[in-house]
Amino acid sequence: MASYSTNEFKGGLKIMLDGDPCAIIENEFVKPGKGQAFNRVKIRNLKTGRVIERTFKSGESVEAADVMDVDLQYLYNDGEFWHFMDTSTYEQQAASAEAVADAVKWLKEQDMCEVTLWNGTPLAVTPPNFVMLTVTDTDPGVRGDTSGGGGKPATLETGAVVRVPLFIDVGETLKIDTRSGDYVGRAKE
Amino acid sequence: MEPDSDWRPTASLDVLKLRASLLARIRAFFARLDVLEVDTPVLSRAASTDPALSSFKTYYHGPGAVKDEPHYLHTSPEFPMKRLLAAGSGSIYQLCKVFRDGESGAQHNPEFTLLEWYRTGFDHLDLMDEVERLVTDVLADIMPIDSVQRWSYRELFVEVAGIDPFTATAAELSTVLQSSYGVTAVGLAVEDKDAWLDLLMTHVIEPRLGNGLIFVHDYPASQAALARLRPGSPPVAARFEVYLNGVELANGFHELADALEQRQRFDIELERRSDGGLETVRMDENLLSALHAGLPNCAGVALGLDRLLMLANGSKCVQDVMAFPFDTA
Repeated sequence: MASYSTNEFKGGLKIMLDGDPCAIIENEFVKPGKGQAFNRVKIRNLKTGRVIERTFKSGESVEAADVMDVDLQYLYNDGEFWHFMDTSTYEQQAASAEAVADAVKWLKEQDMCEVTLWNGTPLAVTPPNFVMLTVTDTDPGVRGDTSGGGGKPATLETGAVVRVPLFIDVGETLKIDTRSGDYVGRAKE
Repeated sequence: MEPDSDWRPTASLDVLKLRASLLARIRAFFARLDVLEVDTPVLSRAASTDPALSSFKTYYHGPGAVKDEPHYLHTSPEFPMKRLLAAGSGSIYQLCKVFRDGESGAQHNPEFTLLEWYRTGFDHLDLMDEVERLVTDVLADIMPIDSVQRWSYRELFVEVAGIDPFTATAAELSTVLQSSYGVTAVGLAVEDKDAWLDLLMTHVIEPRLGNGLIFVHDYPASQAALARLRPGSPPVAARFEVYLNGVELANGFHELADALEQRQRFDIELERRSDGGLETVRMDENLLSALHAGLPNCAGVALGLDRLLMLANGSKCVQDVMAFPFDTA
């Protein structure tokens, strides 16, 4: 089984900790002049997203996590799983609700997403940074109001609710930043 | 990054000038005190036996070579400087590069500059006073020192972490680290008390030291290194550490002068090296002979010059104040 020594620790390295796949965020070498050397590490649990801190005795080895990020196309949801496809091999992957998590409100069919695979199965799904989604419900648009002040909630085709300017109408396609959930603008035709 | 920008120095010319100025001030400080500057070998057949130190190893080929006999780059100039002291040099200092394998991070570069000095007739408390004078003098008009404090190791642990380092068990230290400070360690042996104390020191106490110059003295006997032990209940090591603005800057001892006790400590360390699967190195028999001949009563201290410069310059890592850190050396 592959393993890493603390000397190989660096941001981005994927390791197993307490049975869960994790990614190292930050690695700090700590050593008193006379005494034990440590690697003080910030780690993100890739299953829960939780960030924890651990200190390793320098020179220890930890098991490597078989984790990789792949770009897959979102196909459809069958009620239980979200299905993705590798557009070059046509190989499909089914992601659970747990893996899709908050990404669910941005998933639009045929969009390319980054899927994190652990031992070959989806562990997490990251939507594109920007998505184009159509408004399905909002208060009627206030024509001519381009002040940008105020705003109102709008429901999008995926079910996401975002704050949009007053002039937006049902049926319009909007560009949304999925990292912040913010309205960016109207989609260009 | 442009493909071949690695040739450029990391430190700015201003920082290199500051480095030169600190070196000049240090030399002037010792000249006033009539402490002799010395120059001892970087390469030696013998190495530090300390299990927490790893020496770079190399080989000499050519006239007089002994087949397969390794030479080591020194981790500090301590042993040859003590040979000079035993030979009657009087108080001495040295500014030199030292080398430590396996040490790289924001406060560590595998090759760094050490200021090491020995004062005859001093004990560790006298030398702490001199460290204060030197640091204050060298940093004058460069960086003000907020305050100067002296703590015994025990008082400091009780005050900051609420635990007595001499009476607490390793298990109790581990529990306090986890429950009070959320520090969880992987790979530390449950019974390795000194490692747990080091963890408490680096993770809990150091970050709470704050600004100013802080001396910590009278270490547990198990962390004596090359310091003499002072009898008492419990006995303590006549050792001190210096922190400046929360960064470990120097380590000093009232030097162990007993050749027999020194040999026993080397033997114990070599045993710990072999138990821990570390390479066995040759102990310095020349040092032991010098101690046998008689080391004058003295105290010595080693101060990390790059860290002093880092603090003086307000930098976050030692690499920022080096012309060419290890990565681009």
